[in-house]
Amino acid sequence: MSKTSRTSITMPSSAKKGAIVEIRAIAQHDMESGFRYSEAGKPIPREIIRTFTCTYNDVEVFKADFYPGIGANPLIIFTTIATETGTLEFKWVGDDGYEALNQAHITVS
Amino acid sequence: MKTNLFFQASRRHWLVRLQKIGILALGAWFSPQTVFAKKEDAARAIDEITGGKPVSDGRVNLIIPPLVENGNLVVLKVSVESPMTPSNYVKAIHVIAEGNPLPNIFTAYLSSRSGTANITTRVRLADSQTVWAIAQMSDGTFWRGHADTLVTLSACTEMV
Repeated sequence: MSKTSRTSITMPSSAKKGAIVEIRAIAQHDMESGFRYSEAGKPIPREIIRTFTCTYNDVEVFKADFYPGIGANPLIIFTTIATETGTLEFKWVGDDGYEALNQAHITVS
Repeated sequence: MKTNLFFQASRRHWLVRLQKIGILALGAWFSPQTVFAKKEDAARAIDEITGGKPVSDGRVNLIIPPLVENGNLVVLKVSVESPMTPSNYVKAIHVIAEGNPLPNIFTAYLSSRSGTANITTRVRLADSQTVWAIAQMSDGTFWRGHADTLVTLSACTEMV
């Protein structure tokens, strides 16, 4: 079973060569920690996003491992250097076959 | 008479000593289970990251609000002082919370293409505690920074 959800990327659409661009990536996800109990007293199984990767023209520039300590709807803000015009691909992978993809285009002058 | 006096002084001495031992035992009984057990978990998590290598203080800046109303979403900023050149950059940043049921919060892997070593995210904090950030440099050294916070409503206690 594969699942996905809404994701959003905020970053500049153009930049000067060599400039540092800030990228905000957010995914809609409950990030169920596995430490909570339902009203019936049963533990709620853990279901979180495990990894987030960002590739810039098919070269990996950023990766993060998430644990239950990350809040719901995980937001991560990081930076990268604008090297060339192209696409940045973002991928979230989680429990229970969760996978979400997003991409953004950047024009470098 | 003389022996009697000696005996009395000695008995008083013993009583005081017994009292001190009692207080010590009480203190040992109460604090470690609640405080140190979690710190040990965090120390183990840090050991796993560093592989037993020494960790120096400094170069890492961790910013979290000193007072948090709700531990479910806490904005956490971490930055590492580094030139971020291909020969000298930050390889990874690990964030460890001492008071969380699972101390690891996240690990970010950077490269010289990151430009800066600044990461912002939103985390859960289960308790008032110290949060640590460990930076792994490309030259194999480890640096750390920490921040203390007070949480009034903790994460992961509420029912569904």
